[in-house]
Amino acid sequence: MASMANVLGLIFANMHEQTLPELTKARAMASVPFGSKYRLIDFPLSGMVNSGITQVGIITKTNYYSLMNHLGMGSEWDLARKTGGLHILPPYGRENAVMYRGRLEALAGAAEFIHESNCEYVVMTDSNVVANIDIKPMVDFHEKNGADITCVYGTGFYTTERAQTQTVLCVDENNTVYDVLARPSISGEMNIALNIYVMRRKFLEELIRESECRSLYSFETDILQHKLHDYKIMGYKYNKYFEVIDSMRTYYKATMDMMKREISHEMFSLDTPIYTKVRDVAPAKYGIDCSVKNSLIADGCIIEGTVENSVLFRGVKVGKGAIVKNSIVMHGAVIEEKSSFIDAVADKNVTITKNRTITGSVDFPVYISKGGVV
Amino acid sequence: MNHIKKECVAMLLAGGQGSRLYALTQDMAKPAVPYGGKYRIIDFPLSNCVNSGIDTVGVLTQYQPMVLNEYIGNGQPWGLDRAHGGVHVLPPYETALGKSWYSGTANAIYQNISFVDRYNPEYVVILSGDHIYKMDYSKMVDFHKEKQADATIAVLEVPWEEASRFGIMTAKEDGTITEFAEKPKEPKSNLASMGIYVFSWSKLRQYLIDNENDEGADKDFGKNIIPAMLDNKEKMVAYHFDGYWKDVGTIDSLWEANMDVLDPKVPLDLLDDSWKIYSRNPVMPPHYVGPQSRIENSMIAEGCEINGMVDFSVLFAGVTVEEGAIVRDSIIMPNTVIKKGAVIEYAIVGEDCVIGEGAHIGERPELIEDKSQWGVAVIGHHVDVSANAVAPPKAMISKDI
Repeated sequence: MASMANVLGLIFANMHEQTLPELTKARAMASVPFGSKYRLIDFPLSGMVNSGITQVGIITKTNYYSLMNHLGMGSEWDLARKTGGLHILPPYGRENAVMYRGRLEALAGAAEFIHESNCEYVVMTDSNVVANIDIKPMVDFHEKNGADITCVYGTGFYTTERAQTQTVLCVDENNTVYDVLARPSISGEMNIALNIYVMRRKFLEELIRESECRSLYSFETDILQHKLHDYKIMGYKYNKYFEVIDSMRTYYKATMDMMKREISHEMFSLDTPIYTKVRDVAPAKYGIDCSVKNSLIADGCIIEGTVENSVLFRGVKVGKGAIVKNSIVMHGAVIEEKSSFIDAVADKNVTITKNRTITGSVDFPVYISKGGVV
Repeated sequence: MNHIKKECVAMLLAGGQGSRLYALTQDMAKPAVPYGGKYRIIDFPLSNCVNSGIDTVGVLTQYQPMVLNEYIGNGQPWGLDRAHGGVHVLPPYETALGKSWYSGTANAIYQNISFVDRYNPEYVVILSGDHIYKMDYSKMVDFHKEKQADATIAVLEVPWEEASRFGIMTAKEDGTITEFAEKPKEPKSNLASMGIYVFSWSKLRQYLIDNENDEGADKDFGKNIIPAMLDNKEKMVAYHFDGYWKDVGTIDSLWEANMDVLDPKVPLDLLDDSWKIYSRNPVMPPHYVGPQSRIENSMIAEGCEINGMVDFSVLFAGVTVEEGAIVRDSIIMPNTVIKKGAVIEYAIVGEDCVIGEGAHIGERPELIEDKSQWGVAVIGHHVDVSANAVAPPKAMISKDI
C-alpha cells in the first residue's frame, strides 16, 4: 500500500477554458466560483489533502491572479508547510520556456519541481471536475496492477454534443484501456475520462524528457492514443458523484445538483470537507417578509425578497419584493427591489436595478458578466 | 531571543468563569461563549486589537481554558500569527517559590510582568473578554498620550437609574478623573467604566508590585490599582466612548445582545468591511433552506439545514431544524439538532445538543400570567433533550432530560 505522503499532487489550473468562455474570461478555470462559496480548484485540492497528500503543485498558464489570491499560502487547505505544501507554478518558469500548448509542455515547465519532490507517485488532475474524490484507492490500484499510467473515468449518459468536449475510454474486463477516443461524435452510456492520472514519478519524468525531444505536447493524443500499446494503461472506475464542467449548461446543472440532499451530503461530508478561502463575513441575514425555499445561501447575504431553487454566493443582496428563481448569483451581486432574476447566472458584483426582469431558460441560462449593471 | 520593542501591548483578561451564565460556562470560559451566529465573545477584543494596529496580545486564561486555547490556537484567524509579537495564551504557572493561581485581575497581570517586559512597551492596554463592541484602541492610546496621562479609562454614559450597577467615574470637563466608586448606591455621575484601561507601563508596573506586596489587597484593578493611583494624584483621564457596547455576563443580556444583531436600528454592523470581526471559521458548506421551510428576521450561519420554521432567531454553524420544528426568539449554538415538531421559544440552546421530537423549550411571555415566573430558558452544551420533554421558562438545564 502506497503511503500518501509519498504522492505528489499536480493540478492544471487552466485546462478546458474554451468550454466555459464566459466564466473564464477574467479568471482561470480553477478559480471559477462554484456552489455558493467555493472555487472549482477547492474540489481537487481538498480531495488531495483529505487523501493525505501533503505536496501539491498548481500549474498555471494565464489569468492566474484570482487563483493566487484564493490560494494564498495554502493554509486553509493545511498546505502551508515547512516541507512540501502548496506551490504555484507559473509559466515561463525556466529558460527557453514557451507558452505551453498542452499538458506535456506544461509538465516540462514543472520538471524541476516534480523531480525535487522526490515522491514515488504523481497524481495529476484538472480543475473542472466537481467531485469529492479519494485519491488513495487510485494510487493503490495503480500499484497493485503495476500500471504505467492509470486513467480515472466515470460512466454517464452523454449526448453527441457533450461527448465532443471529452475523452472517452474503452476499458476491458481486466481494467485495461484498449482504445482512447478524443472528442467522438457518439451518444449513449460512456466512460468519460475525468483527466485524473496516476504515474510513478520516474516514469513521468522519462515521459516528459522523451516528449520534449520529439516536440510532443498532447498527453491525450501523443501518449494515451499513440503509445496505447507501448505502455500499460489502466482504467480506474470512479463510482461516486461527479460532474465535468464543460459548458454553461453543465455548470448550471452541477450547481443545481448541490441542492439535492444525497449529493450534497456526499460532496460536503464532515469527514472529507471541501476547504476554501476564509472571508470573515457575518452570517446571512433574513429580513421581514422574505421567503426562501430550496436554496443554498452563503454568509454575508441579506435577503429581503423571494429566493427559490437558487444558489447565492457571499454578500448577495436581494431587495424587498425582488424574486430570484432557478438562478446562480455570485459574490456581492445586488438584486434590487421588485426586480426578477429567473433562470439566470450573475457573475460577481452584478447589479440588477429596480423593477428590471431578467429571464433565461433552464437550458440556456442568461449570463450577466462581472460587474454588469442591468 | 531578541524581542523587538512594541509601543503598545494588550493584555486580555480571559480567565473568568462568568458564573452568571450558569450552564453555558460550565465547560468553557466566558470569553469562549458563542455570540452572533459565528463568533465567540473573545473575537471582539481580539479583532479590535488587530484593527487598532496592536499586534501583541497576551490572553490570560485560568477557568476551563481548553475550548479557549484551542480556539485561539496560533492566532492565524485574527492575523496574530506573527514573527514578532502575536497572540500568546498565558495560563497561571508554577515557580521555584510554589504554585499560584491568578488571585485577581491585577495579580494576573503582575504574574506576567516578565511577558510584558520582553516587549519593553510604553503603554499597556488592559481588556476583558466580557463585552460586545467595536472600538479603535489606537485612538484611546492617542488620547492617553495627548493628555500625558498615567492611566486612561474608557467610559460610557449610562442611564442614571442603571448607574449603580457599574464602576462610576466622576470627571472634570477636561476628562481628569476625580473620583471612582464601584457600584455606588448614590452615583455622582453616569460615566461607567467599560473595563478598558490604557496605562503607561512603567507606572502600572510599579503599582502592580506595590499592590502585590500589600497582603490585605484584593489584587484587583477596580478595587486596588485605580483607587491607589487616584489617591496618589496620578494623572487619570476618562476616554468617552459612544458606540455600541454590551455586557454579556447574564443570560438575559446574552440573549438581548444576540437579538441586537437582528435589529437594523442597533449600531453594531457586523458586515462593515472597514472594521471586520474575525473568527475561526468552521469548514462547512453554505446553509441549505429546504422547500418546506419558513425563515424571517433571522441570522443563519453556514452548514445549517433548515426545513422548519425560524423567526427572530440566531442560528450558529451546522444547526439542523427538521420539518415541522419551530424556532422563535431563540439562539441556537453550533451543531445542535432540533428534531421534528420540537418548539423552541425564548431560549438559548448550547452547542452539540439534540432536542427530541415534539419537545418544548421555553415559552412566550404573553402566555405566562405570573411574569415573575417568566424568563429565557437555557439548555447547556452537549445536552440531549428526549422526545416530548418540556423545559419551562427560566429553566437551566445542564444534564440530559
